[in-house]
Amino acid sequence: MSGENLPGRVYGSLLAARRWHPAEIAFWLLAVVVYFALPRQLLLLNEIAILALFALSLDLILGYAGIVSLGHAAFLGMGAYVAGLLALHVTADPLIGLVAASAASALLGLVTSPLVLKGNDLTRLMVTLGIGLLMLELANSLSFITGGADGLQGIVMGNLLGVFEFDLFGKTAYAYSLSVLFILFLIARRIVHSPFGLSLRAIRDNSLRATAAGVPRNGRLAAVYTLSAAYAGAAGALLAQTTSFVSLDVLDFHRSADVMLVLILGGPGWLYGGLVGSIAFKFLQDLIAGWTPQYWQFWIGLLLVLFVLGGREILHGGIKGLVARIPFLQRGRRP
Amino acid sequence: MTLLTILIDGLAYGMVLFVLASGLSVTLGLMNFVNLAHGAFAMVGGYVTVVLMQRYGVHFLWTLPAAFLTAAAAGYVLERTLYRPMYAKSHLDQVVFSIGLVFMAVAAMKYVMGSQQQIISLPEWLRGRFDVFGVSIGRYRFFVFVLCGLLALTLHFVFSRTRFGSRLRAAVDDARVARGLGIPVNGLFAITFAVGSGLAGFGGALGIELLGLDPTFPLKFMIYFLIVVTVGGTTTITGPFLAAMLLGVADVMGKYLIPQAGAFIIYALMVALLLLRPEGLFSRSRS
Repeated sequence: MSGENLPGRVYGSLLAARRWHPAEIAFWLLAVVVYFALPRQLLLLNEIAILALFALSLDLILGYAGIVSLGHAAFLGMGAYVAGLLALHVTADPLIGLVAASAASALLGLVTSPLVLKGNDLTRLMVTLGIGLLMLELANSLSFITGGADGLQGIVMGNLLGVFEFDLFGKTAYAYSLSVLFILFLIARRIVHSPFGLSLRAIRDNSLRATAAGVPRNGRLAAVYTLSAAYAGAAGALLAQTTSFVSLDVLDFHRSADVMLVLILGGPGWLYGGLVGSIAFKFLQDLIAGWTPQYWQFWIGLLLVLFVLGGREILHGGIKGLVARIPFLQRGRRP
Repeated sequence: MTLLTILIDGLAYGMVLFVLASGLSVTLGLMNFVNLAHGAFAMVGGYVTVVLMQRYGVHFLWTLPAAFLTAAAAGYVLERTLYRPMYAKSHLDQVVFSIGLVFMAVAAMKYVMGSQQQIISLPEWLRGRFDVFGVSIGRYRFFVFVLCGLLALTLHFVFSRTRFGSRLRAAVDDARVARGLGIPVNGLFAITFAVGSGLAGFGGALGIELLGLDPTFPLKFMIYFLIVVTVGGTTTITGPFLAAMLLGVADVMGKYLIPQAGAFIIYALMVALLLLRPEGLFSRSRS
């Protein structure tokens, strides 16, 4: 190892990873094109964009920092309720709601972050699950604020930027969600390809060694946990604002489980994992639910079991083999 | 409702939780496998009892061994086929795998049995209450208390006094060294997994009257099993036992005395306990 120019080489590799790959540009262009191409599917597309943001938020802690969380819905729900309550009682402006919801969720993340720093994978799993259930119980018992089982009804959002009205077909909703997703994605992309992101991966891969190398483990993990909570809060706000409804369902365990499944489908540890996963998940859900509405969970479950039992290697191997044949996609593949 | 009555209700509830979760604590300690689908085996046991009693008129007591055997057989087959390849994978994969199994079990049970709550009619001598020194005790709760208490004692005996138990403890403490000493860890694990699943099925059958039974059972009670295991630790039988008792009493007391708080109390208790003792409340320190 030539030690003399190590910082330079590290920066070089970070800069290289930060460069935009043509396939990434194509991905986002496609996301814009579908807005015009599929005007009947905008509500579904909006759901996909929100789920993608939620999965992106989980990816930040799970894929990049190795924190397995089973209670991520706590932050989604926090964001949704804050945005909903704000719209009902204070202001109908969506952007103010979005910022406030993210801030509230970030605060919750910051406060609960000491809890996830302790213990091993299993205790972390328990504590996150516990926090998620605590939030659900809290929302259920504070029914004079949250509306309990009836949820928050009669949310009327103001125009986006004072100009664009939220319509029934989801035109504004999708454009709004996609823009927020894109902006937050850019920020996340910048963060994971910074020295900070590199230190997170060091902690994920070998916590002891990272600490010995001088990485402040607890501080870094708390920071990324808070960031991830803010992202989930933003997803919750989008959900509340574009559907004009918040119910206890946003805090339910299945939300936390689903988002983990989404991320597993797409592959954790690269930013597009959540996005690709949410597209696959929603299409599958739509497809199976259209075929057997009551029992779609069975098929999702089966898919997951097969997926982790060996289907993933086959699927991802196939995709890698395909990518290797196309010279255009050679650079910037997933690591 | 006097305090003592609530206490005994809580203890009976805790006993059932212990029987339900005891298998999970051993499999978790042995293979370090996060099996969130443990409740599915309990549900299978519960439904075996329901079907046998409602459709075939079998006596309640005879359905209990049937529940145990069915769940144990299911556990054995699944361990041999599906679980085994998962041991070497990451915790994340194991979590996803077992959530997938739970989803399948819930939907399949909904398809076969419908989504309504199942009710069984207990035999005459288990219904009603009796008084001891002015304290009213439910007959069924007393029955559960005694039965599960005996079971816990047996488990404790097997775990701490028999050759099988000492091999099991060695494997839990350090599977690699145990293998090196010639202990067949994989075979041990298959048996433990089957017995643990069987106990879950037994607990599920006993718990129909106390916990209720519908297809969402594995999801609803997942957190309870996990609390028992994480708070109790995985190196002893007494740890999960005390944790289950604590959880049962805290949950029942909380629901009687402060009903508006709901399940809030036990979740808060769990988070607090895990913060104070991340390795489990009663576990020996492993350094």
